[in-house]
Amino acid sequence: MLKSLFAHRLSRTSYVWLGFIALVLLPWVVGAGGGNYWVRVLDFALLYIVLALGLNVVVGFAGLLDLGYIAFYALGAYSFALLASPHLPTQFASIAAAFPEGMHFSPWMVAVFSIILAALFGLILGLPTLQLRGDYLAIVTLGFGEIIRIFMNNLDRPFNLTNGPKGISGIDPIQLFGISFTKPLDLGFVQIPGLYLVFYLFLLLAIAVAITCLHLQDSRIGRAWIAIREDEIAAKAMGINTRNMKLLAFAIGASFAGVAGVLFSAFQGFVSPESFTLWESIVVLAMVVLGGIGHIPGVILGAVLLAVFPEVLRGIAQPVQQFLFGHVIVDVEIIRQLIYGLALILIMLYRPGGIWQKRGGRK
Amino acid sequence: MSISLLLDVADVSKRFGGVQALDSVGLQVVRGSIVGLIGPNGAGKTTFFNVITGLYPADSGIFLFDSKSYFPESVSKVTKSGLARTFQNIRLFGEMTVLENVMVGCHCRTKAGLLGAIFRFPSTRREERAIREKAHQLLAYVGLSDFAQMEARNLSYGHQRRLEIARALATEPKLLALDEPAAGMNATEKLELRELLLRIRADGKTILLIEHDVSLVMGICDHLTVLDYGKVIAAGKPADVRVHPEVIRAYLGQGAA
Repeated sequence: MLKSLFAHRLSRTSYVWLGFIALVLLPWVVGAGGGNYWVRVLDFALLYIVLALGLNVVVGFAGLLDLGYIAFYALGAYSFALLASPHLPTQFASIAAAFPEGMHFSPWMVAVFSIILAALFGLILGLPTLQLRGDYLAIVTLGFGEIIRIFMNNLDRPFNLTNGPKGISGIDPIQLFGISFTKPLDLGFVQIPGLYLVFYLFLLLAIAVAITCLHLQDSRIGRAWIAIREDEIAAKAMGINTRNMKLLAFAIGASFAGVAGVLFSAFQGFVSPESFTLWESIVVLAMVVLGGIGHIPGVILGAVLLAVFPEVLRGIAQPVQQFLFGHVIVDVEIIRQLIYGLALILIMLYRPGGIWQKRGGRK
Repeated sequence: MSISLLLDVADVSKRFGGVQALDSVGLQVVRGSIVGLIGPNGAGKTTFFNVITGLYPADSGIFLFDSKSYFPESVSKVTKSGLARTFQNIRLFGEMTVLENVMVGCHCRTKAGLLGAIFRFPSTRREERAIREKAHQLLAYVGLSDFAQMEARNLSYGHQRRLEIARALATEPKLLALDEPAAGMNATEKLELRELLLRIRADGKTILLIEHDVSLVMGICDHLTVLDYGKVIAAGKPADVRVHPEVIRAYLGQGAA
């Protein structure tokens, strides 16, 4: 079997299978080498892949610069936080009466709800900005992202909906098909730790989103988006309803972020407005731009790099400074931002299409 | 109005601030003909195109296309109703391949929606195959088959103009409106373009043409309308228009006639 594998050039399907096996083994390898901390990093990297792919639909395909993308992630996260935590029942007697056993909506249901909610907010953002392009659109979307975050931050008065800056805790962990993602799953011959289960779940989501994006890109709708990005007037002259297509891009991108938000909130068990700052929007945009704007493998690469890199830096920067100077001179967070900025400048100068850009002339 | 008229517009006016770009312009296009719209630079030819295709809203005007009254407000709707155009300053989708450019042209005659795009139903796959095949045929039709997989921005100037025509044809227009298709072409390319236009007409399409190249216009147009300062100053057969005193004055200046 092995011999025949190597005797011929590997076919496409065998590459897919090899990749699949590698991904299944990945948490075990990383877990054995670096412990649970690094498996958590992987889990977050997968969420960032979903986010970056969603933003890529808006920015990469349709060419609409969105600086408030993280707001849709926040909507998903807060939806689950409110619908599956003790927060609302403790604040409102009527809700406590309606749910005597506490509010525990399933992540599935909330995910579907969040897709619709986020898509709706995508339309709300898209409709007034249809005529805007480039910088102007960026400013409005930036404002939108901040508005959502500020709402989350301040809606603890006059009635306590979001618990303000303190955030919402005690959110139900992920539980699907009776499998809890916090406890190890005993398969008899092997025990799969909860963090690894989360990895597999997020991996499935990331693969589904990536395939959706690939299919969209190579479809009538994807071509219409790219045509709008390339030349909006010519796109109209092709009979494309640019208004509907732009709104669709906003809605699709937003719905991916909504799902990711639900999983984020269930995985963390805690959400607060701090997770949804402008900086987060910029990080996701940097993943798209750095990796390869409009190119799905590139965007995935960008997301993995920028999700894992800060953790690597955290592991290196402090000990190195300790060793060299005896104490920490520059905070890791500052070094990270410096390197992000530098990396983006270098990419824009020398490889404006991103690290892994599409080769001239796609299929 | 005669049934043989494909496009019949009258009294079209358009003002930009203090400039009357179009002043009661009327134009008729007979089915199956090639009609030329000529005039000196700044006469309002492209503005007229932009107005009848819905890019600029007209201040006033009566518009009839294919025996139906329409008011051009939305470019995409005008294209759907069967009036496709090309642009004077070429507007291709530069980062898409030549083939994909033409496939985009098929957009308004196909209907795969979001779910079809994501789940690729058998009907969607069939439609995709048909789009691809049609795009290949159109590329062959304009002689660009060899460049199908090239990025559109890397095509030569003359080829880009041809691609714009192929892309417009993909929208299955009844009337093809070409804005200076020969601009920047060399003599050979112009000759090829002339053949292409005659072939398109022979295949049952009607063409409205803005063009500066006199020999091309005189050679292939059945009818000419001449604009100057936003007004129609002459209309008729090329041979008559050529000797019309107003036309000579507009092109050569006062006193030349």
